[in-house]
Amino acid sequence: MEIERHQYDVVVIGAGGAGLRAAIEARQQGKKTAIVCKSLFGKAHTVMAEGGAAAAMGNVNPGDSWKVHFRDTMRGGKFLNNWRMAELHAQEAPDRVWELEAWGALFDRTKDGKISQRNFGGHEYPRLAHVGDRTGLEMIRTLQQRVVALQQEDFAVHGDYEAYIKVFAECTITRLLKDGDAIAGAFGYRRETGQLLAFDTPAVVLATGGIGKSYVVTSNSWEYTGDGHALALLAGAKLINMEFIQFHPTGMVWPPSVRGILVTESVRGDGGVLRNAEGKRFMFDYIPEVFKHQYATTEEEGDRWYTDQANNRRPPELLPRDEVARAINSEVKAGRGSPQGGVFLDVSTRLPAEEIRRRLPSMHHQFKELADVDITAEPMQVGPTCHYIMGGVEVEADTGAASVPGLFAAGEVSGGMHGSNRLGGNSLSDLLVFGRRAGAGAAGYIDSLDRRPTASAESVAEAKAEALAPLQRAGENPYEVHHELQRTMNELVGIIRKADEITEALEAVQKLKERAAGVGAAGSRIYNPGWHLSLDLRNMLLVSECVARAALTRQESRGGHTRDDYPAMSPAWRRKLLVCGASPDGSAVTVEEKAQPSMRGDLISLFERTELSKYLTEEELTEYDKAVEESR
Amino acid sequence: MTYKAKFRVWRGEGGEGKLEDFTVEVNEGEVVLDIIHRLQATQAPDLAVRWNCKAGKCGSCSVEINGRPRLGCMTRMSTFTEDEVITVTPMRTFPVIKDLVCDVSYNYEKAREIPSFTPPADVKPGEYRMKQIDVERSQEFRKCIECFMCNNVCHVIRDHEENKPAFAGPRFLMRIAELDMHPYDVADRQDSAQDDHGLGYCNITKCCTEVCPEHIKITDNALIPMKERVVDRRYDPLVWLGNKIFKRSDSKTT
Ligand SMILES: Cc1cc2nc3c(=O)[nH]c(=O)nc-3n(C[C@H](O)[C@H](O)[C@H](O)COP(=O)(O)OP(=O)(O)OC[C@H]3O[C@@H](n4cnc5c(N)ncnc54)[C@H](O)[C@@H]3O)c2cc1C
Ligand code: SF4
Ligand code: SF4
Ligand code: FES
Repeated sequence: MEIERHQYDVVVIGAGGAGLRAAIEARQQGKKTAIVCKSLFGKAHTVMAEGGAAAAMGNVNPGDSWKVHFRDTMRGGKFLNNWRMAELHAQEAPDRVWELEAWGALFDRTKDGKISQRNFGGHEYPRLAHVGDRTGLEMIRTLQQRVVALQQEDFAVHGDYEAYIKVFAECTITRLLKDGDAIAGAFGYRRETGQLLAFDTPAVVLATGGIGKSYVVTSNSWEYTGDGHALALLAGAKLINMEFIQFHPTGMVWPPSVRGILVTESVRGDGGVLRNAEGKRFMFDYIPEVFKHQYATTEEEGDRWYTDQANNRRPPELLPRDEVARAINSEVKAGRGSPQGGVFLDVSTRLPAEEIRRRLPSMHHQFKELADVDITAEPMQVGPTCHYIMGGVEVEADTGAASVPGLFAAGEVSGGMHGSNRLGGNSLSDLLVFGRRAGAGAAGYIDSLDRRPTASAESVAEAKAEALAPLQRAGENPYEVHHELQRTMNELVGIIRKADEITEALEAVQKLKERAAGVGAAGSRIYNPGWHLSLDLRNMLLVSECVARAALTRQESRGGHTRDDYPAMSPAWRRKLLVCGASPDGSAVTVEEKAQPSMRGDLISLFERTELSKYLTEEELTEYDKAVEESR
Repeated sequence: MTYKAKFRVWRGEGGEGKLEDFTVEVNEGEVVLDIIHRLQATQAPDLAVRWNCKAGKCGSCSVEINGRPRLGCMTRMSTFTEDEVITVTPMRTFPVIKDLVCDVSYNYEKAREIPSFTPPADVKPGEYRMKQIDVERSQEFRKCIECFMCNNVCHVIRDHEENKPAFAGPRFLMRIAELDMHPYDVADRQDSAQDDHGLGYCNITKCCTEVCPEHIKITDNALIPMKERVVDRRYDPLVWLGNKIFKRSDSKTT
C-alpha cells in the first residue's frame, strides 16, 4: 500500500485545547497548518473538563491580579514550577479567556454582565471562568468553531475550506521524522482505514495530553497513552518532572466499571464533606504543618466558612488535592473505608436538593445514571484516581520549543508550568496561553529557516515497518499486556511509593516490554482496536519507565510524589529537576539531575520570607534578602 | 450478580455485514459499552466501536440498541432482563465504516456551512457585557455533545439520502438558532435557515428531542422559535424592518 503524503508548514498533533489554540495561531500567522488527532474533531479529552479555567480577571473580587494568581500557582506546585511559565500564564490567561468570548463562547455571568468566576482549591479569590460543570465542552466547541470560522474565511478567498487549515481526525502519529537534528515530518496511520500517512513539515507541535491509561483507576480516556511524551523522547527531546502525577482525591469507586471517573472538586467547593466509615470528618486529622494557619481546626469553624469567609478559615476538605488524596488513601488502608473501598462524600446534608441539581447538574446525572445514587439524598462513595501528569516535554517558556529544533509542545504533554502539583482550573488556562505561544513559536521558527528539512526514505520505511509489525505477528493478546501494566503502575508506583516497590515495578515493566514486542493483532487494518493498542503499548511502557525511574531517584515527598521512605519535603531537592532521556529505539531510559534556575528578583519578592523559609535552602534565602533589598 | 448475556452485534466492513451472536459475562453496574469492551478483550479484538469519556460527556459512543439510538456508555445493563437478547447496531443514517463505527462526516460538512459567530466590528475582547438571562437560551443549545443522534433519528434524512444536501439536520438548525439568539450576533440568519439549510423540511415531529442525551428541547426551544421568526419577517414587513434595525434587542425579547 502507498503511503499517503502531505506537505504542511506546521503539523499540530492533538485537537484538545492546546492543539486547537496552537493551530489557530499558526494559521493566523499565515502558516499552512494540519491538525492531527486520534478521535473525531471535538472529542478530545478537554471536552471532559468540568470546573473551569483560572484567569485573574477580578470580575468577582477586584482584589485579584496576575501577581496573586502567580503566587497561588507557585504554592500549589510547592515552588518547583518553571516560574517564567507561571508568570506568563498568570499574566496572559485573562486575555485568552476574553478572546474565547469574542469567538462565541458563552460563560456564566456575574450580575453586572461580566464573566462569572468560582472558588476552587488553592486559589485565593474566585477565579475560575466556567459554564455550569461543563467548561471543557464550551472551550473545545468554541475553539473548534473558531477553526471552522478560519476555514470559512479561506473558502471565501481560495474556494477551498482546507486551503490553510485541515483536520486529520482519527489519525494516530507513531513517529516523528528527522533530518539530522531537526524535525522533518511525522508518520502515522488512519484509524478508519489503516492507510499509512506521512507529513513533510519543518515544525511539529505536540499537544497530545496525558498518560493516565497506564493506571487501572483513572479519570482519563483511552487516548491518554502518553504518545506525545514518547514521541518526544524517541526524537531526542527531554522530559522533566515525570515523577509528579496528580491523583485526584475524588473519583467514583462503584460500580467497578466506572471506577476512577471524576467527581468534580466543585462538590467540596460547594460544601461537600468527607467522612469515614465511623462517620468521622477525618480531614481535620490531616492538616499538614505548612497549612496549619489557613485551615479550620473545628467542624464548627469550617461550617461557618461557607457563609462567612472573612472571619473563618476554610474547612480541610479544601486542602490541595495531593493532601486530600493521601488522607483518603490512609483512611481506607487503616480499615475505615466505605463498603465499596472509598470514603463518603456528602453534599446532601449541606444543600437543598434543588440547589444541588442547579449547581452540580452533571454530577447529579452521573451518579443517578451510573450508580443509582441520588446525591441530593445520600452520600457518594469516592476514592483517589489518576488524573493528571505534571511532568512532560521540557520546553522554553516563551515559545514552547523543545530541545530538538522544530519540535514544540503545549498543554498537559509539556512539563514545568505546574511544578509538583497542579491547581484545579490551571490546566484549561495553560492550554490557551501556551497553545498560542507554541503556535507562534512554530511560525517564528519556520520564518528563520533557510531550507526545509527533508525526512530520509529509510526513516519512513522504518516507521512503516514498525507500524505494521503487530499485524504480521500471531502473538499474545495486547489487552493482557496492557492490563498487567495498569495493575503494576497502580499498585507499585501509585499515590504512596517505596524504593523496593518501585524497583519491582521497573523489573515488571522490563518484562512487559519484552512481551509487548511479541503481541499480535488479528484482523484487518480497517478500524482495528487490537492493532491500535499494540502500537500504543510502546508509548505507555516507555512513559511508565520514566515515571518509575524518576520516582525512584527523587528521595523526598512533594506534591504528586509521595515516598513512604522519605516522607519529608527537602529544600535541597527543590533545587533539582529530574530530566529523562531515551535512545531512539527506546531501550535505554536515563534520568539526570539538573539545577532549577533561581527565581527572578522581582518575582521572588512577591513572597514573604517566612513562607519561603519552608521551601528554600539557606543559600537561596540569602539571595532572597538581596533581591528584596534591591527592589526597595 | 454476574450472568451471561446474549448479545447480537452488527459486524462488517465495506458495505457488507451481518449480526453476530455472542454470549458474554455481565457484572453488576455495567453499561452496554463495558460489554462491547469485554467482547474486544476476550472474543473479538478487532471489534470497532468509538468512545472516549465513558461518562456521557463527549458524544462518541452513539449506537442503536434494540433499534433505539443510545449512548453506549450511559445505557445500564440493568435496564434489560437477563434473558433478553440485546442487539447493538451502528447509527442507520450514516454509512458504516466498520462494525459499530459510522462515517459521520455529513455532520462536519453541515457544521462548516453555517456562517460563524459574527460580533459587531467595534466590540473588543473583554468588553462583552451580557446578562445571565440573555445567554441562557443559547447556553442550552451549547450543552450539545455532538453525538449526532438527533440527526440520525430525523426522518427527513434517516431513509432519505436525497434530502441530505439540502438539510442541515436538527443539530445544525439548532446551531443557527443558537447564534440567532446570541446577544452579540449581528448576522442575518433567518432567511438562510429556510433557504439554505432546510428548516422548512422539519415538520416538528420532535423525534430529535426525544433522543437527545442532554435533554435539550431541540424542537420546542430552537426549531419552532426559529420557524416563527422566519414566518414573522416574511409576512410582516414591519417586523422585517424592526429586525434589521433592532437586531440585538429583538433577540433578547422574542
Ligand atoms: C474529568 C476531567 C475533568 C477535568 N477538569 C478540569 C477543570 O475543570 N479545569 C482544568 O483546568 N483542568 C481540568 N482537567 C484537566 C484538563 O482537562 C486536561 O489537562 C486538558 O484538557 C488537556 O488538554 P490538552 O489540550 O493538553 O490535551 P487533550 O485535550 O487531551 O487532547 C489531546 C489530543 O491529542 C490527540 N493525540 C494524542 N496522541 C496522539 C497521537 N499519537 N496522534 C495523533 N493525535 C494524538 C488526541 O486525540 C487529542 O485530540 C480535567 C481532566 C479530566 C480528566
Ligand atoms: S422535529 Fe424536525 S428536526 Fe426534529 S426529528 Fe422531527 S422533523 Fe427532524
Ligand atoms: S442536540 Fe442532543 S442529540 Fe443532537 S447532537 Fe447534540 S447532544 Fe446529540
Ligand atoms: S464515551 Fe463519551 S459519551 Fe459515551
